[in-house]
Formats: sequence, C-alpha cells, structure tokens
Amino acid sequence: MQIELKNLVRTYETVHAVEGVSLSIPSNEIFGIIGLSGAGKSTLVRLISLLEKPDSGEVWYDGKRVDNLPEKEIIQRRRHLGMIFQNFNLFSSRTAGENIAYPMEICKYPKEKIHARVVELLDVVGLSDRINAPISTLSGGQKQRIAIARALACSPDILFCDEATSALDPKTTQQILALIKDIQKKMNLTVVMITHQMEVVRDACDHVAVLSEGKVVEQGTVKELFASPKTNVTKEFLAHLTSNMKSVREDGVVIWSDDPAHYVLRFLNDKVDTPVISDIIRQFDVVFNISGAGIQKVGDTKMGTMVCDITGSKKAVSDAIKAIRQRGVTVEEVEV
Amino acid sequence: MTPALWSLIWQSTLQTLSMVLFSTIFSVVLGLPLGILLCITSPESQGGIRPKPVLNVVLSKIVNVLRSFPFIILIIILFPLSRLVVGTAIGTKATIVPLSIAAAPFVARLVETSLKEVDRGVIQAARIMGSTNNQIVFKVLLPEALPSLVSGLTLTVINLIGYSAMAGAVGGGGLGDLAIRYGYQRFKPMVMLVAIVVILLLVELIQFIGNKISANMMKKR
Ligand SMILES: Nc1ncnc2c1ncn2[C@@H]1O[C@H](COP(=O)(O)OP(=O)(O)OP(=O)(O)O)[C@@H](O)[C@H]1O
Ligand SMILES: [Mg+2]
Repeated sequence: MQIELKNLVRTYETVHAVEGVSLSIPSNEIFGIIGLSGAGKSTLVRLISLLEKPDSGEVWYDGKRVDNLPEKEIIQRRRHLGMIFQNFNLFSSRTAGENIAYPMEICKYPKEKIHARVVELLDVVGLSDRINAPISTLSGGQKQRIAIARALACSPDILFCDEATSALDPKTTQQILALIKDIQKKMNLTVVMITHQMEVVRDACDHVAVLSEGKVVEQGTVKELFASPKTNVTKEFLAHLTSNMKSVREDGVVIWSDDPAHYVLRFLNDKVDTPVISDIIRQFDVVFNISGAGIQKVGDTKMGTMVCDITGSKKAVSDAIKAIRQRGVTVEEVEV
Repeated sequence: MTPALWSLIWQSTLQTLSMVLFSTIFSVVLGLPLGILLCITSPESQGGIRPKPVLNVVLSKIVNVLRSFPFIILIIILFPLSRLVVGTAIGTKATIVPLSIAAAPFVARLVETSLKEVDRGVIQAARIMGSTNNQIVFKVLLPEALPSLVSGLTLTVINLIGYSAMAGAVGGGGLGDLAIRYGYQRFKPMVMLVAIVVILLLVELIQFIGNKISANMMKKR
C-alpha cells in the first residue's frame, strides 16, 4: 500500500504539532520517521492512520483519498491497518490469545476461524505456549510480540509502529526489529516506523524522513542519510549513534574482531593498571589473542574487561589461568 | 428477647435484604447507562470517545442535583412517585423507589470514574483496529474497568444498606424501621441493638464478598 501525504497540518490550540508535511511512502518497505521528542511524530502517525483528521492537507492510500471518508468507511478502512505502541496497549482484561482475537471479533469472523488464526499468529511471533497467559505475566518483549500478532490479525496492508521498541532493552529491540522485518517481507506490508533512535532506522528501515518541529527537514534512503547528512538535526542523530556503534558493546568493550573468543577476563580497580598479561606471557608458554577490550567506570570503581583466546599446551593454558586468578583477576570461560 | 421478637428480626432482615437487592438492581439499571453516557460524552481530553459538551453538562448537573438532596427529603418528595409505581408510599416495596433513585446518580458517578480510568492508549489501540463506539464501550471500557466497577458496586450496596435503615424513619420497613419502632418508641433497647448488629454484619459480609471478587479478578490479569 503506497501512502501519499499532501501538506498535512495539525494544530492543538497554539501548538503547531504538524506543520505542512508532504511525504510519499513507498509500498512494501519499512519507512522510518525519526525526530526528537515533541517533533510531532505521534501526531503525524495519528493523521496517517486516520485516528485524527488534519486541519488541512490530504492523506491518500494507493491513489485513493482517505482522510475525508465518512466515519463508517473510515472504521472499515481502519480494520485493515495495524498499529503497535511504545507501551503495548494490550487489553488487561483479556489473555494473550484473546487480545489477538479482538480485532477479528469486531470484524465478526466466525469463531473457529478466529481460533485457528490466533494459533497461527502466536506461532509467527514465537509464543505458541502463552495463549492463555494473562498480560501481566508477559515480559516487555513478549507483550510487544502479542501486540504485533494482534496488529496482524486482520491481515493489514499497513503497519504503524509508534516507538515500538523504545521501552525495550537493546537485545529485545533487535529481536523485535528482526521480527518486524521478517513479517514485512512475508506479508507484503508497508511499515511506517516512528522512532527517536537512529539505530532503529539503521537496522530496520529502507527510507527515512527526519521530522523536526512539525516539518520534514530531510528524507531519502537510509544509506544516503548516513553517507551525507545535510541538516544539523540529522547530524546530531548520527553523532549520538557513533558512541553507540555495534562494535562498542553495552559494557564499553570495543570489539575489533568478530571471531568468537573463549575467555572473558575482568579486572577490578588497581588490577586494571598492572601488566598482568605481560607477566603471564613471560612465565608460561601461552599466546593471548585479544579480540576486544575496554575499561568502564561502575560507580567509583574502574572495571576492565577483556575478551580473548588463550592458546598453548593444555597444561600451560590451565596453569596460566590459575596464575591469572591468583592475581585477583576473574576468568570466565565462554561457551562459543 | 422472646421468640416472637427474634422472628420479627428475621423478617426485618429479609425485608432489608430484598430492599437492598432490588434497589441495587434498579439503581444499576438507571445509573450504569447514565455513567457510560457521562464518560463517553465528556471532552476528548478526559477520555470521551464521543464528546457532546452540552449533553455532558446537562447530565452532570442533573446528577449533582440529585446527589445533593438529603435522602429523607428525597423519600418525601418521591411519595407520589412511589404511590404511582407500587400503589403505596409506605413499606418495603415503596421504599425501593426512592432508594433506587437516590443511588442511581451515585452509581453513575462511580461508573463514570471507573471508565475514565481506563488507559487512553488502550482505547486508541481499540479504535485503530476499527472498533465502533459501541464495541469500545462493551468490549473494551467495561471489561477493562470491571474490577473497579465491582468495588464501586460493593460501595453502592453498603450505602444502600445504610439508606434502607434510614428509610425506616418514615415507615419503610426493614431493620431500621424495627429499630425505631421497638427500640425507640417502645423502649426495647435490645431489639435496637440486635438490629444494629445485624446491619453491621451485613455490611461486613458485603465488603468481604466484594473484596474477594475484585481481588480474584485482579489475580487473573
Ligand atoms: N492531544 C493533544 N493536545 C494538545 N497538544 C498536543 C496533543 N498531542 C500532541 N500535542 C502537542 O504536539 C506536539 C507534538 O507532539 P507529538 O506527541 O506528536 O510528539 P512526538 O514527536 O510523538 O514526541 P514523543 O517522541 O515524545 O512521543 C507537542 O508539543 C505536544 O505537546
Ligand atoms: Mg510520540
């Protein structure tokens, strides 16, 4: 479903939330809209999704104007839209499965069909065993999965995601993004992804528009935007991102090799500044192959982390590890 | 306390129970739709899903006026209505009319508050899936607010037990009536005491049941 926005304007009393937005959102891809808090993203998505009427301007789906449809037709049209939210907005009065059933119930699907589809969707989002789970017993990531299943229930042609990953940790965010990408391909969806996180745009979107103070200040393919940002807003988003690159892990460790390593060494305080590794190499016949390291501050303590491989004869390696431990450094064996 | 008095207490208890039961039913029948209307016609910023400012203000004023009437006055004003509906202005049946009318605006406000507490994001989600206003009310607002509605209902029943005792002052029947007629007018303080204890026990019982139901619902969410 291709979406065309023509000069949309929406004002709340004196706040110009959306100020003349024109956009062309291509069919069958993930389109990002990024902007700071208060930029008007949620307002814009309410206008595109027909939840609110613009003060002026037009919304077109596949060459058909939809913002001025009568209420009855708007309700029918909405039944083929899906939306997921930052705080999930699931019905607490319903179980996971019943949440997914809701959109089908209001569309008067027959009972057996609803059940079959609920089972199918739970499988798509990988939560088949939680059909009867009360919502409060699900984790954030699981809630968003149920919300996605609910949004997909009536086979929508557009999926809106309003900060869908903002309440999730980085790992869960990646999983949810992967799920959305997967579904987008399988179901031929047009996905409109609202976010304030550049990594979401980088990891999931094809095209992107940058929204600032109610206006689109820049748009293009994600590659273009990363290669040659034009506005200061975009540059700032990108600058924020560099300190958050994939190669720098959450714990500040800089990874310079993607090869799996078998050991994690953790140094505390004064150990950070002593040449433990050099000493060990001199004493034992082993070789260190360091694939990542970093120092971070946890409260007042410095904590060093090193990801590495230790090679040599079996005995030499185990003696070396023993010696490292004796010096007060934690050595963890990682299953690779 | 003679067996005759005990049997009088038993009959009065039954009268009170039937008064409370029927006035609860009627006040919910009147108050629930009114409360729903109050909620959905309120301004959008307060969670109204179909704002109708004029209707909302009018309904709200009616509810406020009814709620500020002292109950005893309401009974007397409603004597003609009771006579019209049940044929008499005295006794258990007649008291159900003013009881229901006194409790209805109270129920309406409780329902309104409970429904307005439902998360607006959830309503927005229901709306984008293409729910009609009816579906939002019956499939989203009411089920989501159910535990809170049950608490409100418990409160209503307890209030009605109190009101029904008050109705005794004007010959309404039930435990309040008994306490006044025997305890006060015929100097039998024991009867008054027993009547009060029974009322207290009823209130405790209702509170207990209400809390249990509410808690059970919350546990499943
Ligand atoms: N219903 C409303 N009534 C009044 N003002 C509103 C309303 N909705 C949004 N606004 C205002 O419009 C502006 C844009 O808000 P919007 O929610 O669209 O921003 P956003 O980009 O989604 O921000 P966030 O990232 O914090 O969600 C804000 O200044 C906000 O206060
Ligand atoms: Mg927002």
